[in-house]
Amino acid sequence: MPAKKLNLRKRYELLTRGMGWETTHQDMDDVFPYDSFEGIKITDWDKWEDPFRLTMDAYWKFQAEKEKKLYAVIDSFAQNNGQTNLSDASYLSAIKLFITGVTPLEYGAHRGFAHLGRHFRGDGARIACQMQAIDELRHAQTQIHTISHYNKHFNGLHDPFHQFDRVWYLSVPKSFVEDAMTAGPFEFITSISFAFEYVLTNMLFVPFMSGAAYNGDMATVTFGFSAQSDESRHMTLGLEIIKFMLEQHEDNLPIVQRWMDKHFWRAYRLLALVSAMQDYMLTNSPLSWKEAWDVYFVENGGALFEDLSRYGLKMPKYHELATAEAEHLSHQVWSVFCLLGNATGFHTFLPTEEKMDWLSEKYPNTFDKYYRPRFEHWAKQKEEGTFQYLAALPQLCQVCQIPMIFTEVETDPMQLSFRVSEYKGDKYNTCSDGCKDIFDHEPEKYAQAWLPVHQIFQGNSGGATIPEVLEWYKFAPEDGGDYIGSQDHARWQEWKGADDKVKQA
Amino acid sequence: MLDKKNTVFLIVQDNEDARPIIEAVEQDNPDANIQYQPGMVRMEGAGQLVVNRETVEEQIGREWDVQELHLVLVSLAGNVDEDEDKFELSWH
Ligand SMILES: [Fe+2]
Ligand SMILES: [Fe+2]
Ligand SMILES: [Zn+2]
Repeated sequence: MPAKKLNLRKRYELLTRGMGWETTHQDMDDVFPYDSFEGIKITDWDKWEDPFRLTMDAYWKFQAEKEKKLYAVIDSFAQNNGQTNLSDASYLSAIKLFITGVTPLEYGAHRGFAHLGRHFRGDGARIACQMQAIDELRHAQTQIHTISHYNKHFNGLHDPFHQFDRVWYLSVPKSFVEDAMTAGPFEFITSISFAFEYVLTNMLFVPFMSGAAYNGDMATVTFGFSAQSDESRHMTLGLEIIKFMLEQHEDNLPIVQRWMDKHFWRAYRLLALVSAMQDYMLTNSPLSWKEAWDVYFVENGGALFEDLSRYGLKMPKYHELATAEAEHLSHQVWSVFCLLGNATGFHTFLPTEEKMDWLSEKYPNTFDKYYRPRFEHWAKQKEEGTFQYLAALPQLCQVCQIPMIFTEVETDPMQLSFRVSEYKGDKYNTCSDGCKDIFDHEPEKYAQAWLPVHQIFQGNSGGATIPEVLEWYKFAPEDGGDYIGSQDHARWQEWKGADDKVKQA
Repeated sequence: MLDKKNTVFLIVQDNEDARPIIEAVEQDNPDANIQYQPGMVRMEGAGQLVVNRETVEEQIGREWDVQELHLVLVSLAGNVDEDEDKFELSWH
């Protein structure tokens, strides 16, 4: 008779309990030097439990199956020239921003979780972090493998990791993940697993992957959904760690609340790039940024924080402002990309008539009033040949590193939002109260920020002219600028024929 | 109409492997709100949503491990409670 199979709970317990021990040759605090300095008090690590109770054998089995499915799709996509089924080649700007801005973020998350998988004192938490470290590496790899097919046919996809460390708009995701990685382990996991993955990541992956499906990009849909299945586990880990910290000691609440406030705002600012992807870069958008925000943050985030209120945790600070900004965000971000389109690694394009009508419908309070006139004005200038890219470099926020483009949406949406702090006799500019609070709490950290524009002015970025800087970024001249008339556009026309079939024309 | 204050949700891929799970959710959660979106299916419940192993097994006529859900999972919201027989989401 075969031995009776252990149940899930029992198998999980065997994996995660009693694997560690109280060290005697070395002091426990020397073995785990990083998990106490942040002030988080843990009295019983055994109270930590992964609700999925995933064991190593199950983990490898399911991950292998996910990989098999994904690579089968990638292969058939390549064999069938799946790139020709896209809604339009201009859609690839979103994929270019994704591979340069998000994939290195996945790798950063991998490094961070590998660190936690060594340094948390509790075995259960260490194992969850080790699995997540492997997941995040898988995400970076599968994204590179999937998108490498597009690299055969389109420009701007050739060196994401080099660019992540240098390019002016990629310092936004870079500074976000490195901010978390340079904090302690509890702050890191609050930032990545909870603020980013639980509260906000649905906004990145779900509408964006659904958008890829809507635009005929089956390769991206497949890697996206394959990653999302891991993401659901990461989100659950994020919620568990918050509950765990709050249940362990009442002194943890104010620390967790401050991290929550900080990393919500950091992650939200990073998602400003996603808002532009969703509303402008996707040829067809299944859901506007504002709709996604209302569903995934206002409704679902609301339910989440209602649940957590029993621990005394409040909604993140400035969430009302983020909701008010939802009607402006994507328009402001896409405007600045269009104005600096000579310095981007992807193509920019003005919204078509059809797109503008969609935007008017989705943004009845703001698009026609504030943003349509500016896009029409630029379209007219382009027609007349008088359109000019911005000649000056933008001022960046010291914290989120986004150009100072945000406005006072609650009082005067045409007034730039601008905050200043002083630290050791120098002035530091921030884009919002959220970023200013973050700066003021740890000025010694943010005063050291590597701001791409400052670096250019200091002579650290390849030279003093735009072509020299772009060369240092490894942007080729054909990577940026207008989509219309680009090599990508020409290739698309070659496949698809007459101009009238082309959306962006 | 669901009370949005306590909505839990489970999103799965819109594919063959997920169909029996979606049908099991429909059967066992009669009030669930099920939305088909490009590439995915979003299932919402008021405060609670459950996937029962037995119901899925009835659909597919073979044994089904609750953890197979991982293969089609896209996203979720709610506290997770999983064992051999069910996968459950809830807000307290
Ligand atoms: Fe990831
Ligand atoms: Fe993740
Ligand atoms: Zn900022």
